[in-house]
Amino acid sequence: MLNASLKELSASLAAKEISSVELTKLFLARIKALNGELNAFITVDEEKSLAQARAADARIAKGAARPLTGIPVAHKDIFVARDWLTSCGSKILSNFVGPYDAHLIERFNGAGAVLLGKTNMDEFAMGSSSESSFYGPVKNPWNPACVPGGSSGGSAAAVAARMAPAATGTDTGGSIRQPAALSGVCGLKPTYGLVSRYGMVAFASSLDQAGPFAKSAEDLALLLNVITGFDPRDSTSIEREPEDYTRDLEKPLSGLRVGVPKEHFGEGLAPDVGAAVEAALAQLEKLGAKRVPVDLPNSSLSVPAYYVIAPAEASSNLSRFDGARYGYRAKDYVDLADMYRKTRAEGFGEEVRRRILIGTYVLSHGYYDAYYLKAQRIRRLIARDFAEAFKRCDLVVGPTSPTVAFKIGAKTADPVQMYLNDIYTIPANLAGLPAASIPCGFGAGGLPVGLHLVGNYFSEAKILNVAHRYQRETDWHRREPAGLKS
Amino acid sequence: MNWEIVIGLETHAQLSTASKMFSGASTAFGAAPNTQACAVDIALPGVLPVANREAVAMAVRFGLAVNDGKAENINRRSVFARKNYFYPDLPKGYQISQFELPIVKGGRIRITVNGVEKTIRLTRAHLEEDAGKSLHEDFHGMSGIDLNRAGTPLLEIVSEPEMRSAGEAVAYAKALHRLVVEEIEICDGNMQEGSFRCDANVSVRRPGEPLGTRCEIKNLNSFRFMERAIEFEAKRQIEILEDNGKIVQETRLYDPDTDETRSMRTKEEAHDYRYFPDPDLPPLVVTEEWIEQIKKAMPESLQVQRDRLVELGLYVQQADQLTASRSTSTAALSLLADAPPKERSMLANWMLGPLSAKLNEEKLDIKDSKVKPDQLRALSRRVADGTVSNSSAMGEVFPAMWNGEGSPDEIIAKRGLKQISDSGAIEKIVDEVLSKNAKQVEDYRAGKEKAFNSLVGQVMKATQGKANPAQVNEILKRKLGR
Repeated sequence: MLNASLKELSASLAAKEISSVELTKLFLARIKALNGELNAFITVDEEKSLAQARAADARIAKGAARPLTGIPVAHKDIFVARDWLTSCGSKILSNFVGPYDAHLIERFNGAGAVLLGKTNMDEFAMGSSSESSFYGPVKNPWNPACVPGGSSGGSAAAVAARMAPAATGTDTGGSIRQPAALSGVCGLKPTYGLVSRYGMVAFASSLDQAGPFAKSAEDLALLLNVITGFDPRDSTSIEREPEDYTRDLEKPLSGLRVGVPKEHFGEGLAPDVGAAVEAALAQLEKLGAKRVPVDLPNSSLSVPAYYVIAPAEASSNLSRFDGARYGYRAKDYVDLADMYRKTRAEGFGEEVRRRILIGTYVLSHGYYDAYYLKAQRIRRLIARDFAEAFKRCDLVVGPTSPTVAFKIGAKTADPVQMYLNDIYTIPANLAGLPAASIPCGFGAGGLPVGLHLVGNYFSEAKILNVAHRYQRETDWHRREPAGLKS
Repeated sequence: MNWEIVIGLETHAQLSTASKMFSGASTAFGAAPNTQACAVDIALPGVLPVANREAVAMAVRFGLAVNDGKAENINRRSVFARKNYFYPDLPKGYQISQFELPIVKGGRIRITVNGVEKTIRLTRAHLEEDAGKSLHEDFHGMSGIDLNRAGTPLLEIVSEPEMRSAGEAVAYAKALHRLVVEEIEICDGNMQEGSFRCDANVSVRRPGEPLGTRCEIKNLNSFRFMERAIEFEAKRQIEILEDNGKIVQETRLYDPDTDETRSMRTKEEAHDYRYFPDPDLPPLVVTEEWIEQIKKAMPESLQVQRDRLVELGLYVQQADQLTASRSTSTAALSLLADAPPKERSMLANWMLGPLSAKLNEEKLDIKDSKVKPDQLRALSRRVADGTVSNSSAMGEVFPAMWNGEGSPDEIIAKRGLKQISDSGAIEKIVDEVLSKNAKQVEDYRAGKEKAFNSLVGQVMKATQGKANPAQVNEILKRKLGR
C-alpha cells in the first residue's frame, strides 16, 4: 500500500479492500516511525486526519467518491488550513493557527482527501535545502546526512520516504522541482495563475505557484485535476476551461521535438547529473522524440534577476509580520519602533532577514531603476528566449539541478552557492511557464537525479504525457530509498 | 514689494461604495471597532486583494466629469502600486495606491472668486485604500487600533499649484466637494467623519520668480480651517523670507485651537516608500465599452438641470439655489415639470423657504419630506385660484400638511381659511372701514401713500385676513378715487 499509486489506492478504497481510516493510520504510523529521523513534518494531528478519513469512508459508502476521496495528502506548511498550525517554517508564525482554508486546501477537502499533516520547509520558502526552517532541517531519505532540496523539502522527503502517497508544495524559483529532483520524486510547477494563491503565504507573488508532488506523472495529473481552476479571490488566477490532465498521458511521442538548451549543459553541471540526463534524452529519442538544439541566451541572467525581484516582493510581502495582530511578538520593548525591530529580528531567521534587506535595498529611492526595473527587463528577455525556443520545439528538457543532493551544512555559509542550485529552474518562474522534474537515474553516492521538462504556457498535459511515456519505459520513479527503518 | 502665494491641494475623497477597495467588508461609518475588518483588511497570511469594480467606475465617472465628459484623460491601463511603511493602523505594512500610472490624468475644476472665473487644472486622480485608525486615548499608556476604516476606497485628487490665495483654495475645495458629492455622487462629503480630506501645499514667491520651497499642511478638516491655516502659513513663510531666512521643506500640522501650523516632519525625515507595482494585482484595464456604460449612467449635470429650471420659468437665482444639491435639484424638476407655468415660481419659493426650513429643522432629506409634491401642487392651485392667500397657505396650510392633517382642501375647510372673494362682502367691509377712518382717508387723498397700507390692514383685520388682498386693493382704490 505504501508504494501504491493514487489510482491503485482509489481502486482499493472503492473495492473496500481498505478503508480511508486504515489507509490514513498506515501513513500516520509510517510518519511516526520516520519523522524523528527525517523531520519532514512540522505538524501531525491524528485526530483531525482520522475525522476526515471517517467522513471520506462515509462518502465512499454512499457512492459519492471522487478520484482522491479517502486518500491522505500532506501539505506544505505554507498553505493556511483551518485549525491547523500554519508556521511557514518560521518562528514568527510559530503560534499561528489557520482561521480559514486556502483555496488549495478547500479543493482537497472538496475532493474528500485527508489532510495527513503539514510538511517542513525553508522558512517562508526561502531556500534550496530545507535547512532554514525554525523547526530544524529536513533530511534526505536517500541519505539523511544530505539535504532533500528546498524549499518544499518536507513534502518531497515525505513522498520519497512513503510517509505520504502525495503532497503539495510551492515553487517560486524551483522549490517544487529541485527538492523533487534531489529526493527522487516527481514534482510539477503549473503555469503561473493556474492554481489560486489564495491562502498560500506569499513569498514573491509574481513567481509563487503551488503544485503537486507524487511518485509518478500519472499521479501528478490526478492531483493537478483537483488543484487547478479559476478563483475570483486571486486577481492573478486565470479564467479558462477546466482540463482533464490525464487525457493525453498515453499519447505516443513520435514527432515530439525536444529542445535541448546548451546553456543548461555547460559549466557548473556535475558530470554524474549530466550523464543521467543524457541517458534520459536518449530514451526519449527511442520513444520517437526528435532532439532539437535551442538557445536560451539570457539564462545566465536569471539568477541575478531573480535575486532582485523575489527579495523585492518578499520585503513587502513580509511586512505584515510585525507582531501587532498575530504571530510572535518580542517580549520586552520600549516603544513601537522597538517592538517592530525586536519582533522581526527575533522572529525571522538569517536567510529571511538577508532577503528582506536585499529587497528593501533594491526598491529604495535611487536604486529602483538600476535594480528592480532592470531585473524586470531581464525577465521579459527570458520569457522571449522561451517564446523563440518554443517555435522550434515542444518541450525544453535538461537537468533540474546542477548536482545531486549535497551534505547538510555544506552551502549554508555561502548564500550564492546555495542560490546557484536553482539556476535551471528559475527561468521557468520568471517566464511563468509550467515545468516538472521526474527521476531519471542516480548519481554520486547513489543519490537521485531529476530530469527537467519545461513546456509552453498551459502545456501541463503535454509535460505529463512525455513524463508518463518515459515512466512506462523506465523504473527510476519506482525506486525507493533503502535503509529507512520500519 | 508684493508676495505671491502659491497653493496646490491634495484631496482624499472617500468613495461611497458598499464594500472596501480590495475586500468585501462593509464601509459603513461608526460601527464598533474592528467589526468591519475581514481577513483581507487585517492582512492575515495568504489573503489577496481584489479591486472593487464600483470604485473604479466612480473614478472613471470623476475623470469624465472633470474633462467635459470626454474620456481622453482616463488611462485605459493604470497600475496599482505598493507604498511601503510600517504603522500599526496599516496592517499589510504597505498601502495599495497608484503611483506612476494613475487612473485619471489631467482635468479641470472651474471656480468663481469675487465674480471672477478661474480654471484650476488637475494633475491626476488615483485610487487607493485608506488606513485604519490609531486610538491613543483610554488605553492607559497603550494605543488601540480600529481597522474598520482600513481598506476603504479613496480617490486622491491632486491639483496643479494654480491657486493664488486662501480664498481661491477654499473656492476650489468647495467646487470639488460639490462635484463629488452633488454632481456625480461618488462621496458623501462628510468632512468631520473624514470622507473629504484636504492637504494644502503652500509656498510664496515674488511674482514672476520660480516656485518657492513648499510646505504641506495637513489636518484641514473644514473649509474655515483651510482658509485660516493657509493664511497663517503664508504669513509665516513671508516673515521668514523677509528676515532673510530660508523655508524648510516639511509637512506641517494645522492646530485649530492655536490657529497655527507646526512642523510634523522635515524632508530629511520623510519616508522612502519604496513604491513598486503590486504583483497581486494585474494592471487595471478600463475598456471603451465600460467607459461608454459609465457615461450613459452618469446623472444629468446640475448645470443642465439649472438651465432646465430657468426654461421652466424660474428666475436664475432660484434655479441656482435649487441646483445647489442633487436631491433638491431632482425634487424641484419633478415638482415643477407637472405644475402650471404660472405657479412654478411660487412653488420654487416654497421649496427654498418654508419647506427647506422644515427639512433642516428635522434633518430630513427632501425625498423624505412629510409634504409630498402632489400636496404642494394642490396647494399652489388653491392660491392661484384665489381660494386661499399665499400667506395663509404658507403660514397655516403648509405646517398643517407637515403635521399630517390632510389635503390642502381639508385643512382650508377645517380651519376656515377660505378667502373672501365675494366683492359685495368686501365692499361692505371697505365702506365700514372708510367711515371709521376719516383721518387716514384724508391723509391718503393728501398724498400720503402709507395711509393706504393702513386702510388695507384695517380691512384685512376686519376679515381676519381672509379677504382676497388683490380685490381689497382694487376696491379701496376705486372708492378712494385715486
